Amino acid sequence: MAEVERDPVTGRETTGHEWNGIKELDTPVPRGVLMFLIVTHVWAIVWWFMVPAWPLGVTYTKGLLGIDQHTTVEARVVEGQRQRSSWTSRLETEPYDAILADEALMTTVRDTGRQLFGDNCAACHGRDGRGRANYPDLTDDDWLWGGGPELIEQTMRVGINTAHPETRIGQMPAFGRDEMLDREQVRSVAAYVYSLTNPDYSTAANLDRINAGRETFATTCAACHGENAQGNTEVGAPNLTDAYWIYGGSMDTIIASVHGGRQGHMPTWDERLTTAEIRTLAVYVHDLGTAQP
Amino acid sequence: MLANLTSSERQNALILAGGVTLVGAVMAIMGRSDVLGVHGVIVMLFGGVVSWMVMASFYGPEPAEDRAASYYDDPIKVGIALAMAWAVFGMFMGVWVAAQLAWPDLAFDAAWSSFGRLRPTHTSGVIFGFGGNALIATSFHVVQRTSRARLAGQVSPWFVLLGFNLFCVLAISGYLLGVTQSKEYAEAEWYADLWLVIVWVTYFMLYIATIARRKEPHIYVANWYFMAFILVVAILHIVNNLAIPVSWGHAKSYTIWPGVQDAMVQWWYGHNAVAFFLTAGFLGMLYYYLPVRAQRPIFSYRLSILSFWGITFFYMWAGSHHLHYTALPHWVQTLGMTFSVMLLVPSWASAGNALLTLNGAWHRVRDDATLRFMMAAAVFYGLSTFEGSFMAIRPVNSLSHYTDWTVGHVHAGALGWVALITFGSLYTLVPSLWKREGMYSATLVEVHFWLAIAGTLIYVFAMWNSGIIQGLMWRTYTEEGSLAYSFLDSLVAMYPYYIARAFGGLLFLIGAVIGCYNMWMTVRAAPLAATRAADAPVLPAAVPGE
Repeated sequence: MAEVERDPVTGRETTGHEWNGIKELDTPVPRGVLMFLIVTHVWAIVWWFMVPAWPLGVTYTKGLLGIDQHTTVEARVVEGQRQRSSWTSRLETEPYDAILADEALMTTVRDTGRQLFGDNCAACHGRDGRGRANYPDLTDDDWLWGGGPELIEQTMRVGINTAHPETRIGQMPAFGRDEMLDREQVRSVAAYVYSLTNPDYSTAANLDRINAGRETFATTCAACHGENAQGNTEVGAPNLTDAYWIYGGSMDTIIASVHGGRQGHMPTWDERLTTAEIRTLAVYVHDLGTAQP
Repeated sequence: MLANLTSSERQNALILAGGVTLVGAVMAIMGRSDVLGVHGVIVMLFGGVVSWMVMASFYGPEPAEDRAASYYDDPIKVGIALAMAWAVFGMFMGVWVAAQLAWPDLAFDAAWSSFGRLRPTHTSGVIFGFGGNALIATSFHVVQRTSRARLAGQVSPWFVLLGFNLFCVLAISGYLLGVTQSKEYAEAEWYADLWLVIVWVTYFMLYIATIARRKEPHIYVANWYFMAFILVVAILHIVNNLAIPVSWGHAKSYTIWPGVQDAMVQWWYGHNAVAFFLTAGFLGMLYYYLPVRAQRPIFSYRLSILSFWGITFFYMWAGSHHLHYTALPHWVQTLGMTFSVMLLVPSWASAGNALLTLNGAWHRVRDDATLRFMMAAAVFYGLSTFEGSFMAIRPVNSLSHYTDWTVGHVHAGALGWVALITFGSLYTLVPSLWKREGMYSATLVEVHFWLAIAGTLIYVFAMWNSGIIQGLMWRTYTEEGSLAYSFLDSLVAMYPYYIARAFGGLLFLIGAVIGCYNMWMTVRAAPLAATRAADAPVLPAAVPGE
């Protein structure tokens, strides 16, 4: 069966076997392949001598360079912290007024803040901080819990409706669903609130309902939103007389808010970000608002 | 197809199918308060349909001819059809998840169609559904032809093929229902894993038994690779899937491997799934269909030996390069990296052996798109293995890891190597198996080739670009020592590449659909081959009892 032939194309001999028409040439392994094989093996062996490589029972060969990834990382973390300390230490300790007044430091805050905001805040508030449905716009001058870096920092630290012991707690009760107001009262109070930002709505036809709503508002809503409906940052109650809405300012949405209530959530960042990072973000977010035209 | 089974074999088939139905019923009852029950019903239906098919021709006449005088091609034909069906399914899922990355609304706000559930249906669909069926079908073909022996069983090839597809169905329907072990390429849960062990061990025994009855003095290279593929996949699958179910009535299980050892076992499995499922098996394919189509002898038997043992030995060590810069000890990473680099030469030896085999047949490569598929596959195999060794080097990996570069690398291998060699092999195999002169349309093969090449190149270049951009954006610091970009910034930068990737994938999918049509028409309408060399195990004068 083993009939060795010579292949006319390459001039090589076959191995003499055949499998359903397939034959093999007995070509020796090309010298380049062997050379390259040796090179990769030498490279590997050199590497084994240099760095941690082979297990020896309960330990391993440490390598001549004395490198280990843990110590490498630790050293680089220390180096990174040292590099940043020139400005992080200032952000940790200096009052906000001083930070805001230092244009060079503010450039760093804006660069760093943009990245920190993108990685931690943008998922809800948007990359530009303008929020979206159900998440507040941070670039306007309307604040639920108060603007200015100090209050923003506090909100970031404790969060809203979180497990943090000092958490800010804000809840709009479900007046309709929990039967504190009847159907007509929900509709009229919504009509009143709607009329605050939509003067065109106050027509003669709607006047009775708006007036009824104003009375309900005074007894039920004013405790948090204030008699003039301009909100209260002490309890995180939004101003209902301006153009900024978290959940939406249409009649249907206002009815839904009064009927079903609202309870927002903002995580606490106390243990997830460093003091310097939180204060950088507080200044950055404050700056977002003031930088607006 | 059952006409080729004797009545006692039909009986065995019925017992097996009935047994599966029974197991399905038990699963359905035990798991009635869990998704396991849904899978029980699927198993029951599967077993029931097969039982019904066996019963329908149970009392047919006994096979007349001497079966040992012919090859057993029926399971191969069904395997090819299943492979192509899974190809279209799996690639469609791939295009869908790729499009979701560019346009997230395409998840349609449903749980089953979210990215996390669809993505494994793509990977399992193409790797196991398409790749696995193609491997089973071609391995059955190659082992018979190169051993000049009929498969060593009559029922067992069906058991392997259908059983494997039942595993695929359980795995993929499970992902849509939210059932997953969260191990990449090993997402299927414990009961599907146990079933696959039974199927796979049967496959191995069938393969070995067929080789044992060969009428050739030597075992051909392709069979070395197929055997390595079957044996090692069994080992990998069993070790990585060792797990304890929450209860017999629940789909959920917990792996026995703790912490970083779990990660190490998973990537030892994961990388060797690439090595032995997606490389060794398909090298078996290449070693048969490429020389047949090129009508050339293999360039070097010695090179085959070098690359076979190089690949089987070195790949086993390489898995830890998936865990560079993690909690895995440094020394394990070093071993993974160095063995990955040592693996390069044996890998290139395979690719080179394939391309040098084409010397004297390059005019055929020019004229014959089927052979060109296989040539391009060998080129992509060489490219991907170089890239893989390169990316395994720790400092390179610090840039490439977790980026789209990895995705691009995988697809250079999966599209460029695995799928192209499969299409080339199937375009060679289909006409020969159905005894046709050739494929129904050579033009459509040509169209498929260029769609596949264009799709692969667009995909891979898009991912190379986006991956390197991602990697650089994630490691760029400002002068103050802050990161210059947020993760979202890098995501926004990916957008055009995600669209390009989905487009490349779409071209590849269209090519596969055209391939299905062409194969279908070949079976239905292509002219029968007028004369063919005898395609049967040549019987020595008399073999009593065979």
